[in-house]
Amino acid sequence: MDIQEYFSLVFSDYTLRTITLGTAILGAVTGMLGSFAVLRKQSLLGDAISHAALPGIAISFLITGAKDSNTLLLGALVSGLIGTFWIRGIITKTHLKSDTALGLILSLFFGFGMLLLTFIQKQPNANQAGLDKYLFGQAATLVESDVWMMAIVTGICLFVLLLFWKEFKILLFDKDYAKTLGFNTKTIDILITSFIVLAIVLGLQTVGVVLMSAMLLAPAAAARQWTNSLATMVFLAALFGAFSGVFGTAISASQNNLSTGPVIVLVAAVFVFISFIFSPSRGLLFKQIRFIKNRRDLQLHKTLAFMYNIAETHDDISHPHEIKILNNFQGFTKGTLKKLVEKNYVTLQGSTWSLTNEGFKSASNLYNQLTKNDE
Amino acid sequence: MSDKIAVQVDDLTVAYNYKPVLWDIDLEIPEGVLMAIVGPNGAGKSTLIKSILGILKPIAGSVSIYGKSYDKQRSLVAYVPQKGSVDWDFPTTALDVVMMGTYGSLGWIKRPRQKQKKAALEALEKVGMLPFKNRQISQLSGGQQQRIFLARALVQDASIYFMDEPFQGVDATTEIAIINILKELRKAGKTVIVVHHDLQTVPEYFDWVTFLNVKKIATGPVKDIFNDDNLTKTYGINYKVSIQE
Ligand SMILES: Nc1ncnc2c1ncn2[C@@H]1O[C@H](COP(=O)(O)OP(=O)(O)OP(=O)(O)O)[C@@H](O)[C@H]1O
Ligand SMILES: [Mg+2]
Repeated sequence: MDIQEYFSLVFSDYTLRTITLGTAILGAVTGMLGSFAVLRKQSLLGDAISHAALPGIAISFLITGAKDSNTLLLGALVSGLIGTFWIRGIITKTHLKSDTALGLILSLFFGFGMLLLTFIQKQPNANQAGLDKYLFGQAATLVESDVWMMAIVTGICLFVLLLFWKEFKILLFDKDYAKTLGFNTKTIDILITSFIVLAIVLGLQTVGVVLMSAMLLAPAAAARQWTNSLATMVFLAALFGAFSGVFGTAISASQNNLSTGPVIVLVAAVFVFISFIFSPSRGLLFKQIRFIKNRRDLQLHKTLAFMYNIAETHDDISHPHEIKILNNFQGFTKGTLKKLVEKNYVTLQGSTWSLTNEGFKSASNLYNQLTKNDE
Repeated sequence: MSDKIAVQVDDLTVAYNYKPVLWDIDLEIPEGVLMAIVGPNGAGKSTLIKSILGILKPIAGSVSIYGKSYDKQRSLVAYVPQKGSVDWDFPTTALDVVMMGTYGSLGWIKRPRQKQKKAALEALEKVGMLPFKNRQISQLSGGQQQRIFLARALVQDASIYFMDEPFQGVDATTEIAIINILKELRKAGKTVIVVHHDLQTVPEYFDWVTFLNVKKIATGPVKDIFNDDNLTKTYGINYKVSIQE
């Protein structure tokens, strides 16, 4: 199947539709919530939570023997939450740095989870459980009820987000200040974190423990490059996340069923890459272009100002000058003069250059302009 | 200045770890003063303000605002945090930050409306930042960011203002603009408490001063207690020489 075929099938084929819808919703909700994690500089949190969820899946299987994803993910949710609150506890009670606490919980829970998984593998009916799919995810196992679950959680999440938008914003920007205004920052904090845990757990089946945090971070990091408004950022992150889900699924379905989770993450990474280079205000490319342009403008202005200063000492403003005189700073005067000729600020007669009326006027405006440009 | 006590602190002791950062502070701040808190780096000035505002939980002691707990009186209090305490790369505009000053009176869930926006614009005007209202906050200079924080506190329309180093990194013109606003607040009967580092300007700007270095060294009218003796006790070196240089 090639990509075109995929898009023609996606509406009619039940499996494809389910998977595509699932990954799109998942991308949207993780992108949305990922914005908060990124802005709180808790990039590692997602990684810690997803790894902390693994033992929950294993324990849930050991206790219930169930294979359906909802039961297993409930276990993941519980152990993910426990991990998260231990992290909080470690940070507030001891004085370990937060990355230490995150790393500690991540490795502790993941190690324990792996231990349990190997133990389960040795059990007689273990391979039927297919628990290892939660390591790297397996989008193909998504069924309609999973997608409904994701849609409902996303809906609730969106509702809460809109309801407490103002509270979330002030908590993200200035927590102490929010506290002095009487907001219970702990409640808001727990609310955000719980939703992040929930979104991660929802993604485990599709993307897996190992790569889940990328779903949280990549769309948000990409979105941050394009806007200076929180609302737009959250919206864009959701959009990028959803697109990553759809494209990722399309590519993996059309390429001999490449593993979906990693492909989705790679597509998200492409969004990040493009955003970091091409974003107009923060991207590397335009920064460089602006830098070069600013330098060139400055050179033009300097040359013009220099000629203006000489012209002021003469009665005739168009008094011609040899390049030797003008060339008193570095070697770039000739090129700059040519540009000024193009702009009609300077004329060239033989080997001498002289300021035009227009150039004189523009030069005298220069200082005003330079100061006014600020706003 | 009236006889009323705006802020009263009793036996306040605060520690982050084992070692106390503030030790047994007693402090009475009369209504209507413009007070400087001075002390060396790490003296606990920010910690004192944060404890009064309930951001930090003290180990012992109590704080009252006009005789009642801070929780009951928070609408009377505005706060300007130290500028470095937030991430200025946060995706938001100057106006948006100033609007946050209205969130307290709005309470949970309710959104700011036209009335709140108008108040925020007025505050921006007062600090001379109206032309920058739609600027992304990372594109403001340090002094402009400081003024945004001041505007956010002004919008709270409080009776008591706590400001943590509002003059940090501002140029002479901005400093004068800010101090004029503070003096105006005092004229309107408000109490203004400012963490201040420039000892030279204390007598000129303030009428009340508290010397702090883990313990309270002294508190009272500038003209009575702003002297070499207290400065030496607070900073641990002989200030006579350095201040007259
Ligand atoms: N979050 C924290 N955790 C641990 N110790 C802290 C914390 N914040 C401050 N301290 C310590 O408490 C003491 C007082 O800090 P505080 O910030 O109140 O000082 P300050 O007087 O405001 O100093 P500055 O003039 O540098 O702003 C310092 O020794 C500081 O190291
Ligand atoms: Mg301080």
